[in-house]
Amino acid sequence: MAARDDASGWLYISPLMLVLLPFFVAPILVIFADSFMQSDGFGGIIVNPTLQNYIDIFSSGLTLNLYYETIKFTLLTWLFSLIIGFWVAYFLVFHIRNPLLAIGLFLLCTVPFWTSNIIRMISWIPLLGKEGLINMALMKVGAIHEPLEFLLFSGFSVVVAYVHQLTIFMIVPIFNSMGRIDKRVVEAALDAGASRFDIMRYIILPLSKNGIALGTIFVVSIVMGDFFVIKVMSGGGSASVVGALYEDVGVLQYPTAAASAVVLTILVTLIVTAILRTVDVRKEITR
Amino acid sequence: MNAPVPKAVAAHAIAPRASGRPWTFYVLLTVFILYVIALYGPMICIYILSFQDVRGGLVFPMKGFSLHWFVDLFTQVRTGDVKGSFDRSVKLAVIVTIITVVVSFLAGLAFRRRFRGDGVVFYLMIGSLVAPGLVLSIGIGLLLNFVGFPAAWYSSAVGAQLSWTLPFGVLVMFAVMSRFDRAWEEAAYDLGASRWQIMRLVIIPILAPGLVAVALFGFTLSYDEFARTLQTAGSLNTLPLEIWSMTLNVTSPSLYALGTVTTIVSFVIIVVCLGTIGHLQRRRASRVPA
Repeated sequence: MAARDDASGWLYISPLMLVLLPFFVAPILVIFADSFMQSDGFGGIIVNPTLQNYIDIFSSGLTLNLYYETIKFTLLTWLFSLIIGFWVAYFLVFHIRNPLLAIGLFLLCTVPFWTSNIIRMISWIPLLGKEGLINMALMKVGAIHEPLEFLLFSGFSVVVAYVHQLTIFMIVPIFNSMGRIDKRVVEAALDAGASRFDIMRYIILPLSKNGIALGTIFVVSIVMGDFFVIKVMSGGGSASVVGALYEDVGVLQYPTAAASAVVLTILVTLIVTAILRTVDVRKEITR
Repeated sequence: MNAPVPKAVAAHAIAPRASGRPWTFYVLLTVFILYVIALYGPMICIYILSFQDVRGGLVFPMKGFSLHWFVDLFTQVRTGDVKGSFDRSVKLAVIVTIITVVVSFLAGLAFRRRFRGDGVVFYLMIGSLVAPGLVLSIGIGLLLNFVGFPAAWYSSAVGAQLSWTLPFGVLVMFAVMSRFDRAWEEAAYDLGASRWQIMRLVIIPILAPGLVAVALFGFTLSYDEFARTLQTAGSLNTLPLEIWSMTLNVTSPSLYALGTVTTIVSFVIIVVCLGTIGHLQRRRASRVPA
């Protein structure tokens, strides 16, 4: 029976593997191999194994600064999307009594996820710009006399755009985990005299931990792999690891780009693995 | 169960069965409303701004009202090949959606029971989901160079996008499958149904709403995909690639007009899919004998 299960399992999974092997495993291996090669300067590759590409990354202050910037934006985005996502999910699960209304409001939050990310990003421009809605409104009420410059094409607008795009990745898994919390547990705690804070600390947070972990994986991997939000929304003022990698590809420096890609991929993998160690994501999803 | 809730408890309760709302409700309601405004507000602004007339600029106030920038979008050469890229993106999304639905469905069936190596497949899938899109894009590009296969939107870009849509599709299938009772399948088997009959008459009809949800993910994720398509689409742009080059070059409301057009397409897809899911579920509910 076990052998037959294996055979039918692999039969059903083979189409998935036929996509993952050539379009995920093979490209990663190619990049890995390429990162030890040298460029001939015209987009070609000289097969002469070297560690120089990696030494360049770790000895360049400029590159290390890129990593610092990328991690900074990742942490800021993670923090804000977690705070907003957690309370929105909490509100929908514990404060909306009508389940149909809760699902409806939940769908309201998810609809933009299915629309264009680039368009959602540029839609901040007429709001945050120097002559944008927010500056105009603030000047009209006399709160400021000069338009605030930091609103657009700055670190601030980058974080705004990220949080705008990615909070949904926090809301969905946290909503899912919280939805499974038995309301009677909360009521029992209340009857036993627990305070609001106790309930949050001892019941809600531990039981929505898995959702938070899943959301974190999404947000961290997307921000660390991004280059166009940071390019457009910072107005060229900030760069990211992937942004630099894209520039390298633009000037046909494939091995340099590949080494940077390997370092970044290892970094993302380490973070994701660390999170996966704290929760059984597979059980969380399939349950 | 209908015993009256003591007032002191009710005032405290997080989710009281009856009686008034705690103060936290109003705080969180405000948070929620602000979130929804921040979510939709900016998008609505650019839809409004796309209907300006020829004097229109990138910021408020509105200058006139016309469809000038929509016409401009599809007729001007300087904004690029919007019509062609739109066409390609929709075709590409349809191809990706069909493959995503079929492959995710089969993978969902496979993951119902454990098989040797299922953990490896699962983590490969998670890896494909979290890997930086541009890294995969470059890797696929290099690989194509190496084997001498020309990149094109209808071949290599399909594979690159599937590496992104399939993990989502399979995750949705997991959620769908967790509600599928194997007893139904076994009952059909006991009644003498063949494997194919079980698939066609039991499994697929029951999972149909879930498959529509997978299709929704497949279409919208492909239609918006950018990083993985960048190095794999060959010489002809898809719509997100076209929008990307427009954000760098075009500084007129045609950019907003494009945003309005592409969002309308997304909304049509969302409404059709959610409507179909609702319809399938209502039909099923009406079939269950009282």
